[in-house]
Amino acid sequence: MAKKVPQINASSMADISFLLLIFFLVTTSMDVNQGLARRLPAPIPPDQKAEDKDINKRNLLVVKINSANQLMVQGELTDVKKLRERAKEFILNENNADYYPKVFEEDFVLNGKTERIKYTKDHVISVQNDVDTQYQAYLEVQNELVAAYNELREACAKKYYHKSYNELDEEDQKLIQKVYPQKISEAEPKNYGN
Amino acid sequence: MAKIRRNEKREMPALNTSSLPDIIFMLLFFFMSVTSMKEVSYKVQFKNPQATELTKLENKSLVRYIYVGTPTAEFRKQYGAETRIQLNDQFAEVNEIGEYIINERSSMKESDQGLMTVSIKADKDTKMGVIADIKQELRRAYALKISYAATQRTSY
Repeated sequence: MAKKVPQINASSMADISFLLLIFFLVTTSMDVNQGLARRLPAPIPPDQKAEDKDINKRNLLVVKINSANQLMVQGELTDVKKLRERAKEFILNENNADYYPKVFEEDFVLNGKTERIKYTKDHVISVQNDVDTQYQAYLEVQNELVAAYNELREACAKKYYHKSYNELDEEDQKLIQKVYPQKISEAEPKNYGN
Repeated sequence: MAKIRRNEKREMPALNTSSLPDIIFMLLFFFMSVTSMKEVSYKVQFKNPQATELTKLENKSLVRYIYVGTPTAEFRKQYGAETRIQLNDQFAEVNEIGEYIINERSSMKESDQGLMTVSIKADKDTKMGVIADIKQELRRAYALKISYAATQRTSY
């Protein structure tokens, strides 16, 4: 007769695993780390003076946020919800208006084909905020501007690749980024009208 | 003939709990996979602002955090209710950020140093003056890849 192995008492196993479970519940947090990714400009070397880059007025979209979180686009009081459309209009300049950035026509190789695309090469969106501006208001503006670029890129990807921008591989994304380069400049905060 | 047994004691059969550990382990693994370790204990309290165009921070080992907010209740007596910056486990001044970044960067693998991302976790009511100071300090320390921590906004 085979020797019988005595049964191991596993009743405390549940307690042990409960303990582990509770430990993990306490030490971890549910929130995922996500955020609005941005890139800061490189610092100016100390021996070099800060130069004001001369940008043609038509190529510039000035977005100002004051201390009361009010938004001003090109000198007009605007609502944040309208900023995205405004930025898209500015970046595209479909009607070749002379108060919007200069339109260039260039050949891009997209999806293996050479496409002639009109785009505004030199546009700059300048965001200026007050020292007392609320962070949420600032981030909303940044968010809308990034959203404008994302929507344009998405449309471009749909048009030439028949795919969503996020589904493309990195190289193709870079090609589209060339058509719609993100140009959001941030000035140092100043005190605007208190 | 059927006999009615009155005196016999009825015992509850023992509940088979052998699958309980398995169930608990399943729960444990579920929680382990959906949650992430807390980086530090917060000394400042903050509520993330909301945005829509969010990207996930992929590689945790490349991310360093800067917390900005008002001190939590237990530290309020000592540090006041003004907006403060927290680096790692301590309160810090703006000018300490540069040193912190350089230290953290030198502790990384050389191939990863250029990929370091700084996540700014700031309260949504923070004044931009503080954020701008932090940004300047980060620029000076050549930590140019940043991410403003935010939560997904569902509607306006």
